[in-house]
Amino acid sequence: MDWFFIITSLLKITILLGVILFMVSYAVYAERRVSAFIQDRLGPNRVGPAGLLQPIADMFKLLLKEDFTPRSANTFYYSLAPGLAVAPAIITIAVVPFGSTLFGVPMVVADVNVGIFFVFAISSLGVYGIVIGGWASNSKYPFLGAIRSSAQMLSYELSLGLAVIPVFLLVGNLRLTSVVRYQIEHGWFIAAFVGDWMNPWKWLLAIPMIISFLVFMIAIFAETNRLPFDLPEAEQELAGGYNTEYSSMKFALYFLGEYAAMITGSAVVVTLFFGGWHFPGIPDGYHGWVFGLINIAVFFTKVAVVIFVFMWVRWTLPRFRWDQLMRLGWLFFFEIALVNIFLVAGILAYGPRL
Amino acid sequence: MSPFLFWLFASLTLIFGAAVVLNPNPVASALSLVASFLGLSALFMSLDAFFIGIIQVLVYAGAVMVLFLFIIMLLDLRAEERRRINWLAAAGGFGVAVILLVQICVVIVHFQAAKQTFPPLARPTSADVWNIGQLLFMNYNLPFQVIGVLVLVATVGVVLLSRREPR
Amino acid sequence: MAITVPRPRLTWRERWYLPTIAAGLAITFKHFKNTLLGRTKVTMEYPEQKWDAHLPDYYRGAPALVSDAGGRVRCVACQLCEFICPPRAIKIIPGEIPPGDRFAKVEKFPQEFDIDMIRCIYCGMCEEVCPEQAIFLRKDYAITGFTRADMVHHKEKLLEIGGVMHGVVLKWNEKK
Repeated sequence: MDWFFIITSLLKITILLGVILFMVSYAVYAERRVSAFIQDRLGPNRVGPAGLLQPIADMFKLLLKEDFTPRSANTFYYSLAPGLAVAPAIITIAVVPFGSTLFGVPMVVADVNVGIFFVFAISSLGVYGIVIGGWASNSKYPFLGAIRSSAQMLSYELSLGLAVIPVFLLVGNLRLTSVVRYQIEHGWFIAAFVGDWMNPWKWLLAIPMIISFLVFMIAIFAETNRLPFDLPEAEQELAGGYNTEYSSMKFALYFLGEYAAMITGSAVVVTLFFGGWHFPGIPDGYHGWVFGLINIAVFFTKVAVVIFVFMWVRWTLPRFRWDQLMRLGWLFFFEIALVNIFLVAGILAYGPRL
Repeated sequence: MSPFLFWLFASLTLIFGAAVVLNPNPVASALSLVASFLGLSALFMSLDAFFIGIIQVLVYAGAVMVLFLFIIMLLDLRAEERRRINWLAAAGGFGVAVILLVQICVVIVHFQAAKQTFPPLARPTSADVWNIGQLLFMNYNLPFQVIGVLVLVATVGVVLLSRREPR
Repeated sequence: MAITVPRPRLTWRERWYLPTIAAGLAITFKHFKNTLLGRTKVTMEYPEQKWDAHLPDYYRGAPALVSDAGGRVRCVACQLCEFICPPRAIKIIPGEIPPGDRFAKVEKFPQEFDIDMIRCIYCGMCEEVCPEQAIFLRKDYAITGFTRADMVHHKEKLLEIGGVMHGVVLKWNEKK
């Protein structure tokens, strides 16, 4: 272990954590503003200019509330659960490359060679926070939320995993930095034909890639409990679902976990399908630290756009019914993702080298 | 790899493994098992076997144990917590464990290859996943396919068993 | 009796979900864009912008006592409003006007006249029932206070809100 590596890693971790927490608090603000604009309202605009200090006010409000524990709750697991909900969502971001290089240091905390599996494995642990929270509250609505959450996560993790396999069939490597490098050379996966307009195989490849993107995006919605699939917390049916009994900072942690999961999900989507930190015409960080900074800015801008899509969808679509959700997951997305893999494998086997 | 990390993760795995058996509360047992899996996967990763380590988390901690919890939470836990420990059975189980430990120790003492230190692991030249794919689809293709058929048969069997009888 | 809700038969395109979802997203984006650009009329931002100038004459705000042109309290403490008040917000302690007074034949005047604005429901029954046209609902609506006691309007406060009312019947005026 050399000291340079340790110090740069610590710096990266600290700054990335700060950025993520900052983004979480402003994602809450953005969610409220976006929802308001979509519903022809104004949203929070009182605290600070255009309401920009609202997250700070929210934080103080949540900190000062009474931290209430129901008498019949299982105290240890009740306190443990919110932490379990937050930690996986934040850990996952470690393997996502958020920039090219800055002063020769690669802008990724841990460039492990099983990148995408790391993301799936750790984010699948996030369900424990919800399940344990619902169970430890010892109350019927949180419990129903927890049960729904566990079944939903299991169903959609399959489609999530299968949907990205085409990407890795093309890249031939599970490392997320290689995915970005591949996209820089061959065009973003969302539009595989870019840069090679004359090649009919590229156009053929674009079809399964877009299917893959759609399935992955929908599965991410289900994974992060966002609105068409927010059955675990369904306010109208379950009075808030798994977090009904929580208050004060514990509730805030659940909130933080949900938004952190959303940000991580967006970052993964950007890395896999939107070319990560790459923007056509901008070189990477080896050509100067200015470009390194621009790459980072490009990445976070893309993440912000995907987060906006998350919010936009949330305030457009109604919630699925429970049986519809399960039927969609098992009888529809699973099959589509599976067939999609064969499509891409066929194109790779019989087509020219892409 | 630092011996400190090895001892940390090994002891975590063992402590939580013991907690699985000793906890009166089934949910707590299941969560201890998850923690034990995490320790095990950390041990795999410290041996540079990232793929196995992460699959351990993804499959066992992320999917199988969630299913377990799902079932356990639907049970009546109060009855389980009131259960008395059968001391005779506990003593028997402990005895078997001690015998196994003694056996392992004896075998290791007589194991010649363990006398000298192992050479350091060769750095892998290709990615884990590529190696595993090579092994599964080139060297062990037939057993792999046969296992697939077996699992399919088991799935069909489960569907058949859990299907409601038509009236 | 169970009612079967008729489900619309979806066309092939609608059952495919994605085109309809895209149409929905287009609608919400249109609203988002219009509000962002300030093209949509949005709610009035209350403390800065008020609608006071547009309040109709029949607006029912806080009830108040009025004085006549001569500055005399019109209320004769008949207590009809106290009895009609649905939430029993009004409390009147009547006093006797001394015999030597100019208005001695009115006999009673309100020594104390309290309206508990926490209980008041702004229904206007007091105004309807008053035989003396002494109590009116004015246009004050932002009634606030830090304590329960602050929220009780005493006679002075009520008169202050009410002010002087001209042009109503002056039946106790001797000169008429």
